[in-house]
Amino acid sequence: MASSGVIVAFILLPLLQMVLEPSAELMAETAKDPDVIRAIGLSIWAAAAAAGISLVFGTPFAYLLSRKRFAGKKLLESVVDLPIMIPHPVIGIALLSIAGKNHWFGEILIEAGIRVMGSTVGIVAVMTFVGLPFYINAVKTGFDAVPVRTENVSRSLGASATATFFRVTFPLAWRSMVVGMIMCMARAISEFGAIVIVAYHPMVAPVMIYERFTAYGLKYSQPVAVWLIAVCLVLFLLLRVFSMREEAAA
Amino acid sequence: MIRIEDLSVRLSTFRLESICLAVAAGEFFCLIGPTGAGKTVVLESVAGLISVDGGRISISSRDVTGLPPEHRRIGIVYQDSALFPHLTVEQNIRFGLRYHPEGNRFPAARLPSLVEQLALKPLLKRSVTHLSGGEKQRVALARALSVEPEVLLLDEPLSALDPNFREEIRDILKQIHEDTGITVLMVTHDFSEAQYLGQRAAVIREGKIEQTGTVEAVFNAPETPFVARFVGMKNLFPARFQGCRAELENFSLLVDAPPGEEKSCLAFRPEEVRLSRAGDSAGAGNGFSCRIEKILPRGVLSEVRLRAGNTPITAMVTTASLCRQGLAENDRIFAGVDAARLHVL
Repeated sequence: MASSGVIVAFILLPLLQMVLEPSAELMAETAKDPDVIRAIGLSIWAAAAAAGISLVFGTPFAYLLSRKRFAGKKLLESVVDLPIMIPHPVIGIALLSIAGKNHWFGEILIEAGIRVMGSTVGIVAVMTFVGLPFYINAVKTGFDAVPVRTENVSRSLGASATATFFRVTFPLAWRSMVVGMIMCMARAISEFGAIVIVAYHPMVAPVMIYERFTAYGLKYSQPVAVWLIAVCLVLFLLLRVFSMREEAAA
Repeated sequence: MIRIEDLSVRLSTFRLESICLAVAAGEFFCLIGPTGAGKTVVLESVAGLISVDGGRISISSRDVTGLPPEHRRIGIVYQDSALFPHLTVEQNIRFGLRYHPEGNRFPAARLPSLVEQLALKPLLKRSVTHLSGGEKQRVALARALSVEPEVLLLDEPLSALDPNFREEIRDILKQIHEDTGITVLMVTHDFSEAQYLGQRAAVIREGKIEQTGTVEAVFNAPETPFVARFVGMKNLFPARFQGCRAELENFSLLVDAPPGEEKSCLAFRPEEVRLSRAGDSAGAGNGFSCRIEKILPRGVLSEVRLRAGNTPITAMVTTASLCRQGLAENDRIFAGVDAARLHVL
């Protein structure tokens, strides 16, 4: 009992202190700062893009992992989990090392006029890299919960594989996709170490918090931090409520 | 109607080998076997739900081996119903109508009578999640039949049901088959279901068909020791035959006619064993003396475990006759079997 109290206090005490410390005026002032608005906006926007990319590319992959048995599947699953294990700055370094002109992939990007270093593309790339495993694992669990037999019955009734996905699998698994996107976004917004290496500018919120902390100290970094978690909390709460209401209706 | 030729399927832990089956048009065919024998694999091969490694499957003379399930014109009912949980009863039943080759009209016209027959009208607007097992299975049946399939595939449709629902669904299946004359391939591990519903049956064991024939033939004349045990011939012993005499390890019995030379087993059902105190009245003298090891009451019938030397024999007799004769454990008695009830294999 005592230990759970300690743990809860350990988590809540610093957060509460950080939220309560900045004065109202300072908070209001920060909210009007266009740099802050831009940074938080970029964080959310880029994280949403990462979640969108995960949705498009991760969903078929999660379905494959959930439904098919094949040699090397365990290995493939470990590969998917790799971004969770790798230290964050290393991810930044790794992404940069294929984005430069001494790598064929970097050459293609340069040919296409796509810059990774110091660009939104770079930020989205990092966020997708770190968020994708969370999306795939959540959605795979969701697909696992859809009985294969319901899909089989759908096929036997005349529905093609695609029609079966949209009429049976998706309606039963979309909630796990929402959850997967929330988790992917949460992970993406919180990323600092890899982003700071790939793109110091344009500035995402965590980089701005770090910059204000090193330049002006704790007092000036706190309001940005509070606004960032406030915006994130509202966003995730909305998504969560939305998916739960549908669940209650079903 | 359904023709399976030389079917082989290799899965990671299991293989089906050279399965050959033919189900005639309008026939109720049962594929029987214990859990893990490969029954469902055969069914899902017919449905096109698993890829086969060899052989041919045809439905109504169409080779469907390479066809996806949606083009095979089949209906399938699983033991757990596999209803679509996000749809109402009616939406479940109507799910496949839009894919019917004749459009929505023709089968939709038949839908009311199907709903009527399966007593689903009061349930139509309900969600499927809170239905009883019997109701779920009726919905699953309606859904499968709504697209007017050429064959109905049933995967242990009664196994997950409570006994009273089981009888209800069993009777409905029989009725539907009689009314529509649809070809049915049912998979079951319960021989009594096959006896009630099936016309012909095949017994499958470890991916191979052991015996095919009418249900009566399989029941009365099993061809292998496995099938014999499966259809309830618990007493199965190796035997040497000399004319009509079957020599077992601890006793001998007389059979009806001299069996062929390849025969090496004698089998009989526990229900065919008659017990008596007297030495000669039971089984018209065709019997052996033995000791009652254990009496296990099973309601109207009692299971009596006997031992003749070191051969264990099981008998099922009415509890009333046990009482009447005052038989008790450890009594030495005489057990008899009619020669006509002895099966040689």
